[in-house]
Amino acid sequence: MTRTRRDIIPFLFLIIPLIIYIVWVIAPMIYTFYLSLTNWNGLTTPEFIGFKNYQKLFNDKVFYISLKNNFKWLGAFITVPVILGLGLAMILNGTIPGEKLYKMTFYLPMVLAMVVSGLIWGWLYHPKGGLINTVIVATGLVEKGPGWLSNRDIVLWSIIIVAIWRQVGYVMVLYLAGLKSINPHLIEAATVDGASGWQTFWRIILPLLTPVTIIVLVISVIDSLRAFDLVSVMTRGGPANASSVLANFMYIESFNNYKMGYGAAIAVILFIISLGFIIIYLWRVMKDELEY
Amino acid sequence: MENVREYFKSPWRVFIYLFLTIFAFIWLVPILTGVITSLRTFDEILTNGFISWPKTITLENFKTAWDRGGLSRYLPNSFIITLPSLTLTMFFSSLSAYALARFKFPANRVIFFTFVGGMLLPFQVLLLPVFKLTDFLGLYDTYWGLIFFHTAFQLGFCTFMLRNYMRTVPGEIIEAARIDGCSEIRIWAQIMLPLTLPAIAAVATLEFTWIFNDYLWAIVLLRSDNLKPITAGLATLQGQFVTDWPVIVAGALIGTLPTLLVFLFLQRYFIEGLTLGSTK
Repeated sequence: MTRTRRDIIPFLFLIIPLIIYIVWVIAPMIYTFYLSLTNWNGLTTPEFIGFKNYQKLFNDKVFYISLKNNFKWLGAFITVPVILGLGLAMILNGTIPGEKLYKMTFYLPMVLAMVVSGLIWGWLYHPKGGLINTVIVATGLVEKGPGWLSNRDIVLWSIIIVAIWRQVGYVMVLYLAGLKSINPHLIEAATVDGASGWQTFWRIILPLLTPVTIIVLVISVIDSLRAFDLVSVMTRGGPANASSVLANFMYIESFNNYKMGYGAAIAVILFIISLGFIIIYLWRVMKDELEY
Repeated sequence: MENVREYFKSPWRVFIYLFLTIFAFIWLVPILTGVITSLRTFDEILTNGFISWPKTITLENFKTAWDRGGLSRYLPNSFIITLPSLTLTMFFSSLSAYALARFKFPANRVIFFTFVGGMLLPFQVLLLPVFKLTDFLGLYDTYWGLIFFHTAFQLGFCTFMLRNYMRTVPGEIIEAARIDGCSEIRIWAQIMLPLTLPAIAAVATLEFTWIFNDYLWAIVLLRSDNLKPITAGLATLQGQFVTDWPVIVAGALIGTLPTLLVFLFLQRYFIEGLTLGSTK
């Protein structure tokens, strides 16, 4: 086989997937940047208007509410599910009676569509007949439970709880895999040397899990920025935008208000926030590559 | 039994186990509540309160959601969208993964990182141009628009996973085949694919649930009610039966059934798929 012929083979395998990927993913991503500089409304040809959308965006109250909500979501996501998931993985790593059943319980929410989770939890949160308020009222402490999805101060947290309910199992899976790859001799050696369980965890297990933790954190951030389905199904960002997140804000501006240029500008902001984390992820993958 | 007794010798473990059990129960409450609700009527729940012994058990809610709620239409649509997307994306990504795993050429890394980076994009950054693209291609409000997009977007994750797995296949097998004059396409089809089957199964199981559970793209790329998959359909159902929660919840449970079955029967692959990329 000649040299040139040999060089062409990988591209024969790549050509179709790559074209599909460029047309449907890469080019659209770039095109969004252009759209964000236009006044496109979905029907007319987009007209270039410079940075007007961004100017408007930075003066839009809803934008700041959404941005703040995204960061609250992010903050909750990189702490609560990570700690719970790691804790559960530590407990369920090794043999424990009923291990499989417990694991399945925590995996289950992951399998449900966000829409399904949102609907079921929407019912749990129902102000009068829902389980949560029924239980609260039954304790006799209060006469009326809070409006979980109608009170502006708590609505976002009510939704975040649902997201956490889903996320814990995912984090647990990743940590379980990480724990499996730790050489048991290391832990044995530490125990022989007189380290307590607590010390072994902090000094040996946790440092060895660092690569998993990085991946978990990056995925948590990305997932929190993608948050859309739950908000869309449970509140549509209401009441009075109290539970709005950027993804939802972008959807409403684009597809309900037909301000698509404006929507594109919101998307670009979301992209810029995620970019740093995408780079961290790529850097991790690259590091693995070099060790390979 | 002896093992169990051994395990609970330390009081600390008993405490942990108790904590775990309570925690697991709390985790199941939403789903259990959903199941119980779907079997009761809303009037009865409101009159007697949720925590009461149900007077009547009924499957009427499922029937209502299925017939009047349109789930009999939405559920098949989900399969019509998911299965071709899944097949196409697995097929194309196994091609690109092979090229990236087994050939040295200058652009290899760049293409690989493009696939990996793309899989992490916030969907919003693609939403409007893809919407415009489907319109331009005449695919807006058709199954194919959605199928093409899912196929394309999932290529990133699938290529990443399969390529990493294919790199672990010993090179000697392929070299031997090449020396025997086996064509590259035959090496891919008859050597690489069979050896990659565990990874393909894992990735495909995961992809099935992801594509099946998609909601955002379904509401953006489809408008006609008779094309909607179950996720978008459930949102419509919610609007139609605003306060009849048992019907809405029954519908949600029907919508979960396919992914739940896949999970129950293919749990091992599902979990492998999730962890394939996180540890080496």
